[in-house]
Amino acid sequence: MARKIRVLIAKPGLDGHDRGAKVVARALRDAGMEVIYTGLHQSPEQIVQTALQEDVDAIGLSSLSGAHDVLFPRVMELVKKNRMKVLVTAGGIIPEEDIPALKKCGIAAVFGPGTPIDDIVKFHKERLSQKG
Amino acid sequence: MLMALALKKKGKAGARRGNSSGQTARPGRQPKAVVPETAERRAGYPNLSWIETDPFYVQDRDFDYGERLGLPGEYPFTRGIHRDMYLGRLWTMRQFAGFGSAFETNRRFKYLLSHGETGLSVAFDYPTLYGYDTDDPHSEGEYGKCGVAVSSLEDMTVLFDGIPLDTVSTSMTINGPASVIWAMYLGAAEAQGVSKSRLRGTIQNDVLKEYIAQKSFIFPPAPSMRLVIDTFEYGMHNVPSWNTISISGYHIREAGSTAVQELAFTLADGLEYVRQGIERGLDPNLFVPRLSFFFNAHNDFFEEIAKYRAARRIWAREMKESFGLTSERAMKLRFHTQTAGCTLTAEQPENNITRVSIQAMAAVLGGTQSLHTNSLDEALALPTEKAVRTALRTQQIIAYESGIPNVVDPLGGSYYVEWLTDQMEERAYRIFDEISMYGGVIGAIERGYFQKAITESSYRYQKEVERKERIVVGVNEFTTDEPLEIPTLRLDPKGRDRQVARLRKLRRTRDRSKFESAMNRLRKIAEGEENTMPAILDAVRAKATLGEVTGVLRDVFGEYSEQQII
Repeated sequence: MARKIRVLIAKPGLDGHDRGAKVVARALRDAGMEVIYTGLHQSPEQIVQTALQEDVDAIGLSSLSGAHDVLFPRVMELVKKNRMKVLVTAGGIIPEEDIPALKKCGIAAVFGPGTPIDDIVKFHKERLSQKG
Repeated sequence: MLMALALKKKGKAGARRGNSSGQTARPGRQPKAVVPETAERRAGYPNLSWIETDPFYVQDRDFDYGERLGLPGEYPFTRGIHRDMYLGRLWTMRQFAGFGSAFETNRRFKYLLSHGETGLSVAFDYPTLYGYDTDDPHSEGEYGKCGVAVSSLEDMTVLFDGIPLDTVSTSMTINGPASVIWAMYLGAAEAQGVSKSRLRGTIQNDVLKEYIAQKSFIFPPAPSMRLVIDTFEYGMHNVPSWNTISISGYHIREAGSTAVQELAFTLADGLEYVRQGIERGLDPNLFVPRLSFFFNAHNDFFEEIAKYRAARRIWAREMKESFGLTSERAMKLRFHTQTAGCTLTAEQPENNITRVSIQAMAAVLGGTQSLHTNSLDEALALPTEKAVRTALRTQQIIAYESGIPNVVDPLGGSYYVEWLTDQMEERAYRIFDEISMYGGVIGAIERGYFQKAITESSYRYQKEVERKERIVVGVNEFTTDEPLEIPTLRLDPKGRDRQVARLRKLRRTRDRSKFESAMNRLRKIAEGEENTMPAILDAVRAKATLGEVTGVLRDVFGEYSEQQII
């Protein structure tokens, strides 16, 4: 039997808005994935450490405080430094003009407010099924 | 075309009242099923608390006007806490604002006041909310983003520069380090030569809802509650017109609760604060009048109105009957309202103006004392000046053009609104019973009761949106492909460095021995049982920073971390 897709949902920084992260975590789990949720107030180092320990296929970063421009690229730096093969996506309140920079540093997709959960599920299934 | 009417299940009305006689539907409800004329809409019409409504409501012959309503300004205050409500004075138009440095936010405050705002409301950035200075490693990436950075008395003085604190009332959304920030405000007033007795305003200071929903907690529940009760005690003796707490349902709702849960959890928190104040030995007839509340205004218009009315009635009854209070002021639930941030859509953001208008009308019809209206661009970024102005104008249009404020409680006696008010009350009491099974609010927090309940409601709602059982205009229906064209506010990229430089200079140039003796005294008092407020005030006067004062309290009290629930 194929290994289940393992996803880490992470809340970097001091942001306490966890509604979206929890909804996405629940939805991915309902779609048959194994989901680990970091809880709040994680540093980029802690997030990457957890991702390594849990051997996840994907990381979903959520921030609604505006700190994405600093914290998300930091996570990506650490992902590269550790030569991790993970799919990293982002969600939260992220202004349109910030998205190109996030993609450039390796974030595969940014799911803004109003994104159907199904899109997020499909995205992970499509991208990660190729891994075999 | 008229809307289709829903088909009701037989006897459900009675069952919902806990009445086994089923068919003898309670007066006030439409007793017979109504067959829908067309099935174009949907089979049922649950509101946002999943309460099924009937197609229409009729007079309730048993309705006891005196018991349930009373006149406006009379017990149990269902119809409002003032006899003349908005006839004498409109609600306070209070826009939550803050970003970047104290200098930038001071300019935004003056802008809002010059456009007719009548009260101030400070949004602090995340580091400040957690009691960290701007240059703390935890603050990385967060400076000035969700609010203004205030790390010292000096920052606070800059924030209110040129704004006379004896004439304006100020609300500050601060919880974990509320007493430290309040002390800085008191210090800023001192610098303006304004005596404490003339200050009016509110600190949010509601730590219980931090554990439940907002999650910017610092200390474990017991020392957190001690700090809160310290402010009650200090306030009643020294700052008599200050609201030392704003017991908040807003964040509970934003985190995904229903209206009923928001109502019940918030009032349960309120009752807990009253209990703990009494345990400290404070006279409830004196401190309870300084407790204020803060509710959300969400989309379901009548449900929201019923929620505010039920809140007042429950609070009045609990204060009078359960706690035996005699002060009428203690029985009056006063509240601030903010329209629901979580209903704002990033898609077609102009639609948000309409949403906010409806929500703001519900708050006014529900008898709010002050109101914040959200800006149309807040699902995208911090609001621009123009967006904030439109939000303020929305309140002004309701106030000055709509005629809504010209009659007190205009919906009082509406068959539907009174039925729904009863429903909200009854369901809130069921939740109170659940909470007491956990041994009260703190036991329920520690066992994850609230967090689970909120997560369930939030996920259930989201799934309904996904299945299009709930329509969100512009999001899952009536969508367009047009690109988003809306200006968003960008922060000054050099702002953080300037703030850090000012902070370091402050630490370098302050009177070392004065600072150290104030910090030592604070530690000693925190370790003991005395009221912490005077020592905190002395520490900030001695130029201790927010991070330093909170750091001492962190050392003494420890930090709280929550269990993860998804």
